[in-house]
Amino acid sequence: MNTKNIMIVGVGGQGSLLASRILGAAALNSGYDVKVSEVHGMSQRGGSVVTYVRYGESVASPVICEGEADVILSFEKLESARWLPFLKIGGTVVTSVQEINPMPVITGAAQYPDEIVEKIKALGVDIIAEDAAAIALEAGNEKAANVALIGLAAHVLGFDTEALRAAVAACVPKKALDVNLKAFDLAVEKVN
Amino acid sequence: MKKIMLGNEAVARGLYEAGVRFVSSYPGTPSTEITEFAAKYDEIYAEWAPNEKVAFEAALGASVGGGRAFCGMKHVGLNVAADPLFVTAYTGVGAGFVIGVADDPGMHSSQNEQDSRHYAVAAKLPMVEPADSAECKEFTRLAYEFSEKFDTPFMLRLTTRVSHSSQPVEMLDREEIPVKEYKKEAAKHVMMPANAKKRHYAVEDRLRSLEEFAYDCPFNRIEDNGAEIGIITAGNCYNYAREVFGDSASYLKLGLVNPLSAKLISEFAEGVKQIIVIEELDGVIEAFCRSLGLCVTGKDVLPLCGEFSQSLLREKLLCEEPDNTVLADEIPARPPVLCPGCPHRGVFYTLKKMGLTVSGDIGCYTLGAVPPLDSMDSVYCMGASISSLHGFNKVRGDEKKTVAVIGDSTFMHSGMTGLVNIVYNGGTSTVIILDNRITGMTGHQQNPLTGLTLKNTPAPYICLEDICAGLGVAREHIRVVDPAHMKELEAVLREELSADCPSVIIARRPCALLKGVERKPALTVDADKCVGCRSCMKIGCPCISIDGKKAKIDASMCVGCGLCKDMCALGAIN
Repeated sequence: MNTKNIMIVGVGGQGSLLASRILGAAALNSGYDVKVSEVHGMSQRGGSVVTYVRYGESVASPVICEGEADVILSFEKLESARWLPFLKIGGTVVTSVQEINPMPVITGAAQYPDEIVEKIKALGVDIIAEDAAAIALEAGNEKAANVALIGLAAHVLGFDTEALRAAVAACVPKKALDVNLKAFDLAVEKVN
Repeated sequence: MKKIMLGNEAVARGLYEAGVRFVSSYPGTPSTEITEFAAKYDEIYAEWAPNEKVAFEAALGASVGGGRAFCGMKHVGLNVAADPLFVTAYTGVGAGFVIGVADDPGMHSSQNEQDSRHYAVAAKLPMVEPADSAECKEFTRLAYEFSEKFDTPFMLRLTTRVSHSSQPVEMLDREEIPVKEYKKEAAKHVMMPANAKKRHYAVEDRLRSLEEFAYDCPFNRIEDNGAEIGIITAGNCYNYAREVFGDSASYLKLGLVNPLSAKLISEFAEGVKQIIVIEELDGVIEAFCRSLGLCVTGKDVLPLCGEFSQSLLREKLLCEEPDNTVLADEIPARPPVLCPGCPHRGVFYTLKKMGLTVSGDIGCYTLGAVPPLDSMDSVYCMGASISSLHGFNKVRGDEKKTVAVIGDSTFMHSGMTGLVNIVYNGGTSTVIILDNRITGMTGHQQNPLTGLTLKNTPAPYICLEDICAGLGVAREHIRVVDPAHMKELEAVLREELSADCPSVIIARRPCALLKGVERKPALTVDADKCVGCRSCMKIGCPCISIDGKKAKIDASMCVGCGLCKDMCALGAIN
């Protein structure tokens, strides 16, 4: 198979590291080679952060470049727009509809673009936009939003739903497992 | 068994498998996790040292004492440890000694983009560079064997992408190696001129042996695909090259990046028609190739600045552009910001309000330089806030309008000597120590002031006020304030700036992200009282925005620190 490229984008502190670990575990357990590239340090402090997950028979580079991502998983709407150039033609964006104002918007130096999802759709891009935090809350805890986001994208990530579920179980702390699996299942249902 | 490991975690696994006994490091992105993961092994003694020079020398002592040793640091940390690095090349080691140094091409979290390979060349030390997590583990393990064989410290160079990328790694058992017997060898370890003169010959002899070793050592390999293009590369650049050229090129993949083997490179060059040298940052391998009279493509088309990727290689070497979709809207930048409830915020707002010239330092609080706080004039390197302010004030006489701002861990790293210089040489500068009870930027590491070790065991209490007093600052000019109380901070600042003697203000409040730090209920804006004057927004809190014409606080982010409440003259925030 060709290498599958998945980007996880969001705002520092939103929990993209756990999401990347889940995808990494799913790839390893499905018998693939996998590379995950994370961001640490200063940009974690509320900045725009990106994590790359690549899996396939043999993966060389740990990063994903413009026009290469099969899937962009976005925790925040503006970030899905920022990283859109990285999407492959024919790829899918799965974004939570949450909005977090960046400092230039807060200070009034810039505007938060309106109707981001509609505009991305108008470009002919396949985009799924749902409130991952609301799904997580329905499951019992807003913190499960990252797992809900994976559930929303389950059909385009290239894994069996059961393999993803098993990866969630392997990566999430035991006491939070029920809530996370529920969030995952609710999200999968939402898209089907 | 295979486990997905970060490059840094794999280095730690390599330390474990190689029977390493002693690790001493100072945290610095992207190197920090090596030491954190090493500390998880009971068999390894691991510690945070106050700075990289101390860490290096502690590890050197452990090696001479007969236990395999490691110290880790980021690229700029190696500048701090350069003094022992150069002399250790002369002395050699006892048990195996590896120095891990992580460069940061692209400057994800650094103040410069220096290429550590120059240190290996200058100090005449062997340096290995892994390309991925599997090699991180294997190269680390092997480096100990050859460190002992060649009686030399080995340098292990990482880059951000290798340190912070993960992949499956096969794990082996630990090789238990007993502590070697210690024998006094003064001629080898007392580096005074008479001895050092002899040791310099030993260094040159060793380098020649290492050059021979480089020809067929286990770190280097040729992938001969019978192609016309031959790529010479090292580290993660190899992965980018494979991604772009696949089997359409042959590769000389260098794992030992110093010394280089003229024979190996010449032989590889003979088998191909065109040579491309692919290396991030400086053209170190390229310069060596050119010195052999080879005609190569390299920095004439590939950049000296920033990080490489497969798409950069496609663009520069194949003139290929990506095919993608772009939104027409302007996307506002999202720079990192001080966290909600960050104790530094009140300090920087106060400094800005008072119009002071601020000599800054390295840490989370460097974000005080970003708008709207925008309250820093300079940031150079660890400790420079204090020492450079002294010179600035001596020539300008601006003591009453300037302050140095430095974190607790940075002060312990290299701020103390700067403060001594102020006291000793009759300076009257004011220093603010931001004491947030942790090393914040690198992700919450303990330091000598936190009362805990790297392994989370209790450490003796070291009192910051006593240190400052011991360095000669008068007790009455060592002031402790809570930065959440901006009025008090401002009053203390005014008093100390007007004093004709050195002064230290310790702004003490724990990092808002620390476990156990109280989170108060989120504050709310009374829309009837708010007139939309934006005063509350001057503190640059990411929780506050303007919704229509009124301020709004994001309840999911707010930790109730109350700074915005103090900014509101109308009492609209509660």
